[in-house]
Amino acid sequence: MSDLLLPPEHRYAKIIEKMRNEDGSELSILNLGPTHPATHGIFQNILLMDGEKILDAEPTIGYIHRAFEKIAENRPFYQINVLTDRMNYCSSPINNMAWWMTVEKLLNIEVPKRAQYLRVIVMELARIADHLICNSILGVDTGAYTGFLYVFQFREKIYEIYEEICGARLTTNMGRIGGFERAWSDEAFKKLNVFLEEFPIAWKEFENLFERNRIFIDRTVNVGPISAEKAMQYGLTGPNLRAAGIDYDVRKAAPYSSYEDFDFDIPVGQSGDTYDRFCVRNAEVWQSLSIIRQALAKLPEGPYHADVPDYYLPPKEDVYHNMESLIYHFKIVMGEVPVPVAEIYHAVEGGNGELGFYLITDGSRTPYRLKFRRPCYVYYQAYTEMIKGGMLSDAIVILSSLNVIAGELDA
Amino acid sequence: MALEIEFIKEKMISKYGNKVLNFEMSRDIFSFEATPDEIHDVIRFLKEDEQLNFHFLTDLAGVHFPDNDENHQFAIVYHLHNWVENVRIRVKTYLPESPEVPTITDLFLCANWMEREAWDFYGINFIGHPQLKRILNMEEMVSHPMRKEFPMEDGGRTDKDDRFFGRTPANC
Amino acid sequence: MSDSKTKMVAPPEGVVGEGFFATKLNDVVGLARANSLWPLPFATSCCGIEFMATMASHYDLARFGSERVSFSPRQADMLLVMGTISKKMAPILRQVYEQMSEPRWVIAVGACATSGGVFDTYSVLQGIDKVIPVDVYVPGCPPRPEQIVQGVMQLQELVKNESVRRRNSPEYKELLASYNL
Repeated sequence: MSDLLLPPEHRYAKIIEKMRNEDGSELSILNLGPTHPATHGIFQNILLMDGEKILDAEPTIGYIHRAFEKIAENRPFYQINVLTDRMNYCSSPINNMAWWMTVEKLLNIEVPKRAQYLRVIVMELARIADHLICNSILGVDTGAYTGFLYVFQFREKIYEIYEEICGARLTTNMGRIGGFERAWSDEAFKKLNVFLEEFPIAWKEFENLFERNRIFIDRTVNVGPISAEKAMQYGLTGPNLRAAGIDYDVRKAAPYSSYEDFDFDIPVGQSGDTYDRFCVRNAEVWQSLSIIRQALAKLPEGPYHADVPDYYLPPKEDVYHNMESLIYHFKIVMGEVPVPVAEIYHAVEGGNGELGFYLITDGSRTPYRLKFRRPCYVYYQAYTEMIKGGMLSDAIVILSSLNVIAGELDA
Repeated sequence: MALEIEFIKEKMISKYGNKVLNFEMSRDIFSFEATPDEIHDVIRFLKEDEQLNFHFLTDLAGVHFPDNDENHQFAIVYHLHNWVENVRIRVKTYLPESPEVPTITDLFLCANWMEREAWDFYGINFIGHPQLKRILNMEEMVSHPMRKEFPMEDGGRTDKDDRFFGRTPANC
Repeated sequence: MSDSKTKMVAPPEGVVGEGFFATKLNDVVGLARANSLWPLPFATSCCGIEFMATMASHYDLARFGSERVSFSPRQADMLLVMGTISKKMAPILRQVYEQMSEPRWVIAVGACATSGGVFDTYSVLQGIDKVIPVDVYVPGCPPRPEQIVQGVMQLQELVKNESVRRRNSPEYKELLASYNL
């Protein structure tokens, strides 16, 4: 590649020079990414290779750095939701709800039970969508395209449910401060029920396709293992941490949005290798399905949003026909809402781990500082250590099993 | 036995005296301040003390306060978490202009990129960091963009006429 | 094959006679090119996920002759830029474009690639047309797969009607020169 991507004074040059002198063999530098088709996103790793073995790696990130945190300092609270969508775009409803919950925590808003349950349903749907894409892409990377095509149509079904709820497919911008922007339609529940009937059959088949598959097991077992201690040191959270055997889950540790009402297990692995990560995600999908069923069964009647006119954007038709709504609409849009001076940290269990928002407010219409604790950014540091000593093809598999989302990584 | 707030507070004060200050319950997270020269020790103590056992670094955030006095221009906020007792704690340290603070990469491996991010965004120099260079922005960049004095928008834009957006340098 | 539901591409206008069919070379080349556009997905963020949906079974972009996703720029005809291009990424995008062989077309998918989208910040390139020429813009944040398909069909129309000599014309050379390519 050109010197654009690899500076001539790169630190590997010396190592290569030295190693060549010792014996006849020759090391080489391989530039993997940033636009490699197998990396599913913009990751660059400059690898020091001995034949097909990786000796060292140097990751470069920031190729889609969009300055979320700077934008957040310049936008009122209700507009920041749009940014969270684009962070982990595989499971944007989780990010949306996490942001609303942060703001509600700041403003001390109590959300009605029904809205909380609906949030749980949509967050678990998003988790399914996230794990589904991660595991099926892992299949593609090990050479099994069928699984991807098979389960991807269920991702479309999930999108259809999102569309019924909020009108958008991928970047959902779902919800409002205090609940949802509108009641869920009957069609949404109908589609959800159909999904709950059809999807488990397909997911079972998907599991059968991989779990005892000789080729898949050979490609994944003992590939990129990480010990529990190392995982903690590197700040791993979410399925990747649980695959290493630690049962830390924000949903259990600090229940939000009524997660304490539901009965579910935290699947854990043992060795923290690629196969364990795959299995943990698979098992989590079953848990998510169970949570959705419980939430639907126990779904209480009541309003779908909290009664907080100061913060909750009124429905559009009221704005056109009702003086009071118009005033509130104007005040919210212009940022004339009372905001306390506070510091808040709120975390949820995102698709990839602990997604946290550290928010400092100074009483103005925008946050003073908003720090996103992006799970991908923290745990991608461990990638270098995981691929060292492995084969090049394993590096690809490990990357997709970590489910690193470029948008979340670079923010 | 749950980890009591008072217990943490007493323990910190007895060990560090007036180097730790401003203990408060900030909503659901207990937080306090430590002076920059002691911060490394404080975090090591929080991590390695058997009773405190804050073994997980959740987050490290830089903050810029241009309106504060000259010794409180920047802050670094550490969020630590004890998974066994399920207690979070927030430790802050305030830094003057041209901020410098010892690195904690020797305590937490994950602090590496978090500190690089803080360097990239705020220009906070972490002394002893193994590889302190820009992480998200381009190497060629000279500013530290998250400081309050830098605008969000790219200065080199030609397609936007600020007059038509009602913007003046004062309000954007 | 009369009961086949496969829709064939209609032949271009021409003169039909006993055992021959005469038409313009332009039309034939255009027809062939338009129906075998090999895409090079340059997916950086959210729109890339929608492109995956476009390629997958439900929307099936392969119907339009784009079955083979060409990850090598050398063998690709259309560059689909999907997602935010930051200033750090811009030189790489340019390099990929330079590596493509003529004829090459570019679709800017989504608001970010088109204009920078909501990310009006110091780190984001405000539209890829600052660094490479673009043929079709697809709006949306992200666009629905139908919109991406529509964008590809728009490009097919362009390709069909493009003169075979266009790439040698002084106007085209001038266009490239304006991008320093």
